[in-house]
Amino acid sequence: MTKFTKLSLAALALVGMSATAGTLEDTKKQGFVKCGVHVSNAGFSEVTSGGERKGMDVDGCRAVAAAVLGDASKVKYTPLNAKERFAALSSGEIDVLYRGTTWTETRDTSLGLNFAGVNYYDGQGFLVKNSDGIKNAAELDGATFCIQAGTTTELNVADYFRANKMAYKVNTYDSNDQVIKSYESGRCDVITSDASQLYGIRSTLKDPSGHTVLPEIISKEPLGPVVRQGDDAWFNIIKWSYNAMVEAEELGVTSQNVNKMKTSDSPAIKRLLGTEGNMGANLGLSADFAYNIIKQVGNYGEIFERNIGMNTPLKMKRGLNDLWTRGGLQYSPPFR
Amino acid sequence: MAVHNQKAVREAPANTKGIIHWLQENLFSTPSNIALTLLGAYIIYSILPPFLQWAYFDANFAGDSKAQCTGDGACWTFVKVKMDMFMYGFYPEDQVWRLQAGVVLFFLLIGFFYFSKSNKLKIIAFTSYMIVAILLITGGMFGLEVVETDKWGGLMLTIVVAAVGIVFSFPIGIILAFGRASELPIIKSICITYIEFIRGVPLITILFMSSVILPLFFPEGITFDKLLRALIGITLFQAAYVAEIIRGGLQSIPRGQYEAADAIGLSYWQKMLLVILPQALKVAIPNLVGAFISLFQDTTLVLIIGLLDLLSMVGVAAGDSAWLGMETEGYVFVTFVFWAFCYGMSRYSNKLEKQFNTELK
Repeated sequence: MTKFTKLSLAALALVGMSATAGTLEDTKKQGFVKCGVHVSNAGFSEVTSGGERKGMDVDGCRAVAAAVLGDASKVKYTPLNAKERFAALSSGEIDVLYRGTTWTETRDTSLGLNFAGVNYYDGQGFLVKNSDGIKNAAELDGATFCIQAGTTTELNVADYFRANKMAYKVNTYDSNDQVIKSYESGRCDVITSDASQLYGIRSTLKDPSGHTVLPEIISKEPLGPVVRQGDDAWFNIIKWSYNAMVEAEELGVTSQNVNKMKTSDSPAIKRLLGTEGNMGANLGLSADFAYNIIKQVGNYGEIFERNIGMNTPLKMKRGLNDLWTRGGLQYSPPFR
Repeated sequence: MAVHNQKAVREAPANTKGIIHWLQENLFSTPSNIALTLLGAYIIYSILPPFLQWAYFDANFAGDSKAQCTGDGACWTFVKVKMDMFMYGFYPEDQVWRLQAGVVLFFLLIGFFYFSKSNKLKIIAFTSYMIVAILLITGGMFGLEVVETDKWGGLMLTIVVAAVGIVFSFPIGIILAFGRASELPIIKSICITYIEFIRGVPLITILFMSSVILPLFFPEGITFDKLLRALIGITLFQAAYVAEIIRGGLQSIPRGQYEAADAIGLSYWQKMLLVILPQALKVAIPNLVGAFISLFQDTTLVLIIGLLDLLSMVGVAAGDSAWLGMETEGYVFVTFVFWAFCYGMSRYSNKLEKQFNTELK
């Protein structure tokens, strides 16, 4: 073993050790949550004209800050690119990665990461013109697709159409911009990409209401927060600060009525808001951690509607991200 | 007595002056020239009017929201609304005056350089400007609030990265060039190894190393500022190129200059700094400025390590869901800013060349 590899292994071991020393204590001591986010992704992590970050992922970071520090604004955002995000996490530059990261087996096991939940169920979808009269993907036989080159999108389309024995043509382009331009000029009938992107693309078209994202999703892209392996206490905090938002929506607790709900008779609400049981203490947090999240950030439905819902330019439907009680996949294990 | 009658001055023949002549001489002199002129005119004709139509006649300037951009042309409203972000990044609004003061002081410095004849005074003025500018931007002293580097961005970050790269790589480059030209074997081989190693690696790799690999070797708690890591990487990278350019200048100095300096008993440093370097730099100016201009453009690479310079700010500004799809306007604006800066630098280098040109004309 060369001196260099020994040295680097020692350094890595040191990083690993200090990670187990307690991200929670470190975070309380430094007074802010170190959160890695997308540089710019409309609806998930975007910067307003006033210079503030907002979005689904950003609200995830704020929920952690509200839970741990009692103040949702105590977050230090580190904008990260796809390539550097995991290194930033394992080096301790950030403590939680809220950056639309797809949960896959390889990442979960071999990269030393833990996925703490799914804050957005994404998947590859299709954007079509209403005037073409296409209502679902089965009618896409013979269509021409616009695709960004070098993405898994292309492979997914090939798989899907071969499996369904349908004919299709593909035009690939280097950039997203070119994809949109050629769709607008009629060189292709369909844009295919992750559904969350398609809603963004639709809002940039001249007449957004003249285009529809089809209901079919042909690939699984569960996006969620990620932490380092080896600090289970911190992992639990990320997991349950997210679950608290989903549970709150299910129980009908919102940022508006959370004060009133504190006196509710429902045992489930009492446990969630910390007036009964010791949910907070189990996590090493204050009893009212979920109250702080809901009061300052909101429940899952609220952050969805505020950032990407029907009243925003992105106009995303809840779809897969609806609560399980309404046919979606968002489901929090019980707080008890 | 014969009287000399001044003849009336005749005008030059019609075909050797005026616009027609100029056109004939420069644009339509030979068949191939005619073809090239027509081709050029056609290209301009097919690009310029549509561009002007888009960028000016059909463009929107008023308002402060996307809904007010109704025309078919560019939506400059976007650039107007996001101007602070393009210029200052996320620098706190109430602290922006510090950056503006830095710019004003810079122009005062330029004015001083223009009028002052004393090189010593110039060096003192420049050094104190650098110190004051760093203080203004980072804060933390004299009651100035500290502004963390993750708030830096836009044009301001581009200029900081380029300026630090240029200012610090220059002396390091000179020392490396001296080292490479030195007769001491150890110094020489160290310098050659360094220069050749750095020049064998793309800047993007060095940035990646500094942002992704380096932190893995520090124990946690010791986190180096991301921007500082990038700045060190860029400076070390640029120094290798500056060194090679200056070495080129050193080699153009005739042997006799070295011998003459030795003959009048100058020490090594006196010889290099007083005799050789001034002449070598004069030769190296065009290449140096070229390298600095390309560094200014290379600063845009910092976007791959998540630093938000002027170019990546376009992506950030157009990712705002209230302003989706405005990339084109942003990129055109940024193109113009980059052009203005690079053109300015290249004009300045022309002026320097003329100023230092002591050859007989």
